[in-house]
Amino acid sequence: MDILVCISKTPDTTAKISFKNNDTEYNTDGVNFIMNPYDEWYALVRAIELTEQLGGSVTVLNVGPSSNDIIIRKALAVGGAGAVRIDTDATDSYTVAANIAEYAKSKHYDMIFLGKETIDYNGSEVGAMVAELLDLPFISYAIQMESDGNSSTITREIEGGVEVCKVEGPAVISAAPGLAQQRIPNMKGIMMAKSKPLTVVPAILQDPKVSTVKYQLPPAKSGVKLVDPENMDELVRLLHEEARVI
Amino acid sequence: MSVLVYVESPDGHFKKTGFEVASYASKLAATMNTDAIALVIGKADQAGDLGKYGVSQVIHVNSNDNIGFDSQALSRIIADTAKEVNANVVILTHSSSGKALAGRIAVRMDAGLASGVNALPDVSDGFKVTRSVYSGKAVATVSINTPNKVVSVMGNSISVDASGSAVTPDNKSVSLPATKLQVIEKKVVSGSVPLPEAELVVSAGRGMKGPENWGIIEDLAAALGAATACSRPVSDADWRPHSEHVGQTGIAIRPNLYIAIGISGAIQHLAGVNNSKTIVVINKDPEAPFFKAADYGVVGDLFEVVPRLTEAVKKFKNQ
Ligand SMILES: Cc1cc2nc3c(=O)[nH]c(=O)nc-3n(C[C@H](O)[C@H](O)[C@H](O)COP(=O)(O)OP(=O)(O)OC[C@H]3O[C@@H](n4cnc5c(N)ncnc54)[C@H](O)[C@@H]3O)c2cc1C
Repeated sequence: MDILVCISKTPDTTAKISFKNNDTEYNTDGVNFIMNPYDEWYALVRAIELTEQLGGSVTVLNVGPSSNDIIIRKALAVGGAGAVRIDTDATDSYTVAANIAEYAKSKHYDMIFLGKETIDYNGSEVGAMVAELLDLPFISYAIQMESDGNSSTITREIEGGVEVCKVEGPAVISAAPGLAQQRIPNMKGIMMAKSKPLTVVPAILQDPKVSTVKYQLPPAKSGVKLVDPENMDELVRLLHEEARVI
Repeated sequence: MSVLVYVESPDGHFKKTGFEVASYASKLAATMNTDAIALVIGKADQAGDLGKYGVSQVIHVNSNDNIGFDSQALSRIIADTAKEVNANVVILTHSSSGKALAGRIAVRMDAGLASGVNALPDVSDGFKVTRSVYSGKAVATVSINTPNKVVSVMGNSISVDASGSAVTPDNKSVSLPATKLQVIEKKVVSGSVPLPEAELVVSAGRGMKGPENWGIIEDLAAALGAATACSRPVSDADWRPHSEHVGQTGIAIRPNLYIAIGISGAIQHLAGVNNSKTIVVINKDPEAPFFKAADYGVVGDLFEVVPRLTEAVKKFKNQ
């Protein structure tokens, strides 16, 4: 099974969130970047497990500038066989999706994996777009997946439960917690990753369909009101009369 | 020009999030001096009731084949309908289905997509709308630059307005495109409140010591009519299902009330919950970082405080 895994780069989960240029741009000063956790922990690892079981290999794909090579090498250290970087500093999800789809069209992949969303834009947009551009089924929020190489059974999360579906042939799958267990690359993996192929291809660009015009930080809380642990009637009263939430 | 809103009817019924998007579309259509049209696909009782939320027309697509959820087939019906009714804006719920449809519809309509928005757009100069980013740590205003637009709306972010009146739905049948995906089973826990839509959430962390102690959390949730959630180490240890994991790498929620019990308040946890309207923290450590993000705090042993709170809630409900 040959699988394409799309990964993206996001600020570290503990990164300070601040903005510059009149609140129009994320301030990357001192920010450490990581591979988006849903891509790394779930999509990439499940894809590697499937190739270990069924044969074939995992190609890692990132749409981004050369500074992303560090996370691409990490994905190779976890177990990707080779990588492709489509060279652009893309800002909107459509440009990312269009470039992924264009690349995937020229190859044959049995499956395309990505994380359910990025932890910075939280859009859940790219997977569905790639699926539509390639006219493939899309199974989002996969928490379990088994495949025999052609027929796959996937459990996806829905509101208040799960749905189990079966798909024949290639599909796009977005990975959610539960699909796999995070793999920490070992020394051998890190050494091998250095010599694995990383191909850089030019991007197709067009005007962004969506752009961010301004960022704001949410209003700060005014401070905590402490309630006597012996007096829960008082907490209930506050929630009812003051906060008006019950 | 018109605004088309797709209203989900899981198991034949609309949900609150469905009424929210109908209200959203109607309010938006009013500011654009046009009509909002609702689209319902598959089984739905009283589809015409959506008129109460301000839509002027309800199109009810009845399909005899029970397709289950297939984004490929559904997105085609929605995009085709948008074309037929000359809609340049399509509104969806930012639900598991909505997220799987939004990107597909945007591609079909060559539209810009703003997903998970939390307010009505400003259409005075272009089309600008706010959405939460960085897992709830910031808010972005995004501009959709294309003539066609797709917007998915986050639950609990717009108030429902039911001051209109019901309409007679226009029934329509469409032949479904062949589908490569087959839904074989759907398991929904009945009676429980799905976490992303819940207005009240009771959440617990590693302070619970083990899964066998979750009875007090479920009792409190039942007394309040709340959904249950947990921190990441709790679901990683399989004390609770992954679907309850909230935070930066779990799900992001914005309920009216979030009660955090035995959770320290790590930055990755706060990221997914700090848009909650009111936060209550119960923790025995007065230095727990969560207190800084809380509206109300109780410093005490959760094994004593939680049952006491449950009794107080029951007493209040019985009044
Ligand atoms: C990349 C990354 C992503 C992450 N994503 C998430 C995420 O999405 N969601 C998430 O939750 N975490 C996430 N984490 C983990 C996060 O950093 C914390 O480790 C986690 O949130 C801690 O969980 P906790 O509060 O349940 O446990 P702890 O930090 O161990 O806190 C337990 C709390 O319980 C209190 N307590 C103990 N006993 C009692 C008692 N008897 N009565 C009252 N209080 C008591 C303690 O005082 C303590 O404050 C992530 C971490 C990383 C590195």
